[in-house]
Amino acid sequence: MLRRSFVLGSVLAALMSGGAVAQDVVKIGLILPMTGPFASTGRQIEAAVKLYMAQHGTTAGGKKIELIVKDDTGVADVTRRLAQELVVNDKVTFLAGFGLTPTALATAPIATQAKVPQIVMAAGTSVITERSPFIVRTSFTLPQNTLPIADWAVRNGLKKVVTLVSDFGPGLDAEKTFTEVFTKGGGTVPEKLRVPLRNPDFAPFLQRAADAKPDALFVFVPSGAGSAVMKQFAERGLDKAGITLIGPGDVTDDDILNDMGDVALGTITSMHYSAAHNSPENKTYVAAFRKATNGMRPNFMSVGGWDGMHLIYQALAKTGGNTDGTALVNAMKGMQWMSPRGPISIDPETRDIVQNVYVRKVERVDGELYNVEFATFEAVRDPGKEKK
Amino acid sequence: MAADWVRRIAVNHREWVFWIVAIALPLLFPGKLLLINEIAILALFALSLDLLLGYAGIISLGHAAFFGVGAYAAGLLAKHGLAEPLVGLLLSAAAAAVLGFLTSFLVLRGSDLTRLMVTMGIGLMLLELANRFDTITGGADGLQGVVMAPLLGLFAFDLAGRTACAYSMAILLVLFLLARRLVRSPFGLSLRAVKANRLRAVSVGVPADTRLVTIYTIAAAYAGAAGALLAQTTQFVSLDVLDFHRSADVLLVLVLGGSGYLYGGLIGAAIFKVMQDWLAAQTPQYWQFWIGLLLVVIVLAGRERVAVAIRRRWTALTRRFAGEPTP
Repeated sequence: MLRRSFVLGSVLAALMSGGAVAQDVVKIGLILPMTGPFASTGRQIEAAVKLYMAQHGTTAGGKKIELIVKDDTGVADVTRRLAQELVVNDKVTFLAGFGLTPTALATAPIATQAKVPQIVMAAGTSVITERSPFIVRTSFTLPQNTLPIADWAVRNGLKKVVTLVSDFGPGLDAEKTFTEVFTKGGGTVPEKLRVPLRNPDFAPFLQRAADAKPDALFVFVPSGAGSAVMKQFAERGLDKAGITLIGPGDVTDDDILNDMGDVALGTITSMHYSAAHNSPENKTYVAAFRKATNGMRPNFMSVGGWDGMHLIYQALAKTGGNTDGTALVNAMKGMQWMSPRGPISIDPETRDIVQNVYVRKVERVDGELYNVEFATFEAVRDPGKEKK
Repeated sequence: MAADWVRRIAVNHREWVFWIVAIALPLLFPGKLLLINEIAILALFALSLDLLLGYAGIISLGHAAFFGVGAYAAGLLAKHGLAEPLVGLLLSAAAAAVLGFLTSFLVLRGSDLTRLMVTMGIGLMLLELANRFDTITGGADGLQGVVMAPLLGLFAFDLAGRTACAYSMAILLVLFLLARRLVRSPFGLSLRAVKANRLRAVSVGVPADTRLVTIYTIAAAYAGAAGALLAQTTQFVSLDVLDFHRSADVLLVLVLGGSGYLYGGLIGAAIFKVMQDWLAAQTPQYWQFWIGLLLVVIVLAGRERVAVAIRRRWTALTRRFAGEPTP
């Protein structure tokens, strides 16, 4: 008898706790790698998101915005559970963050099933936005960032380039795009090297690259792994052998660039954001970001977070506070605004970002290393999708 | 005969309380179903290691190998058409058992240290294989497109995790009862003899090698089942299932809960996961520091003592409920 009433009581408790959610609060579940090898991504995005909320207030479309930050350590099944919990328990209106491709892909079915917009603020594999009609991206795609540097390599008379990429989605995207564009332009790619994503040791790969005696080495590694590449690039004497380091800008990530030292000087990359981007919006952004974070320099991940928040605020304003997932995603389609990185928009068909991509060279400015932009490719769509 | 079997498998009153509490948990915390699901899976995984470590004295740092094989087997089966969870679970456990059987001969040789290295090596090899054959496993991007059929054709896997939680708990209970039956059988007793003194056990006629191969295979099947549960309930598999930290975590869980009485893995899993979940919610950036500190404190400042204290309290409590005289 005792047991029965106990069970009954707990069932009642279960029913009650599942009910009533305040109508005027909109919750954003921000899932990021806050610990582990990709913690810098999480730190940058979290800082940018909080800065956006500090500057723009915590109301949008008449709703109070509430942020819930979760650490997935960059492990996809954890991301998936956290997303599920955020949807079921916290009844979030938006899922946001996603530091790595696998974590974004693992969450896609949940976004679809729960009809919750999933704002990808970091992960850069082309296919992500195709995995759920509720995914909208504010970061970048690897093909998008690779195309300009491949084009630059062709135009500047490079003939032989070895590629070295991290062996997962974005790396393969980068390798494919570069090889296609570069060989079409008459160049050759004698070696395509792939380094494991976890615990990489670049030395043997760099040695093989050096042995091929290329004009340049094309490198893609995820944000944070760039310093190791740079260090071993110099240790193996590739810089002395006259090999230029090129690639999408992940390797000269603003977060760690200044600590790389002179070996990074002269590296040519293409990327959608540089902290040295010359615009009034960016100057304000960098100053505010540094002030809010004790002097941390914002990197390309941070603008993904910043613009993701902007997208969420604008979508809520446009729907007048309607939190229906489909309405919100529709509101986001085609939206355009001026970001610290330059003019950007959301492609209404692919829900992917359209933005300027800049070709940059690492130079010393006011005693610090920066990616200084010297050429612009305007309004680049994701080339990964245009072919279809 | 059948009645005899039932009697041997039947649980005593103390265990009744444990399982009633366990089954009440999902009802008490309906918002934590997914976490409870993960606890049940980790508990099953730890139970499998307990069979090895607690009963056969085989220490392993590569137990994730079997967990991962089970997970990938379940994921791949579902992806390629066999979406029925129970059949998938059985086949995945069988796949892990085959691997366990094959590798058990390596583990028979050498001392504890050798075993640590051999098991770890096997785990690392499998991880690299899964990474290399990314056309099959999806590599570092993870295995996508795993869709499970409803359980028993009735219960679809829902977002809130009701089916997942009930499924994992049920499998844990069934496999636990089997394990309990196993370690109390003559087979289990002879295993303990081998653990205590292998030479002596052999000299009284216990075929030590056969016993160890058998238990290693069974433990592998258990770990495979745990992996399969994870793959089926999250409908996703990533390289992480084979990662070294899984092997280390499960050993830690067993150390936390205590090995050699089957419940250790279950209790350890609950403590470990709840602590992790709570700390990560408190401080997303620095929770690993706190969990490290807590683990050191728990292990140093007397896990034994804590366990003994709880057991004593527990005994007193259950006796009062059952109205039994103290022995």
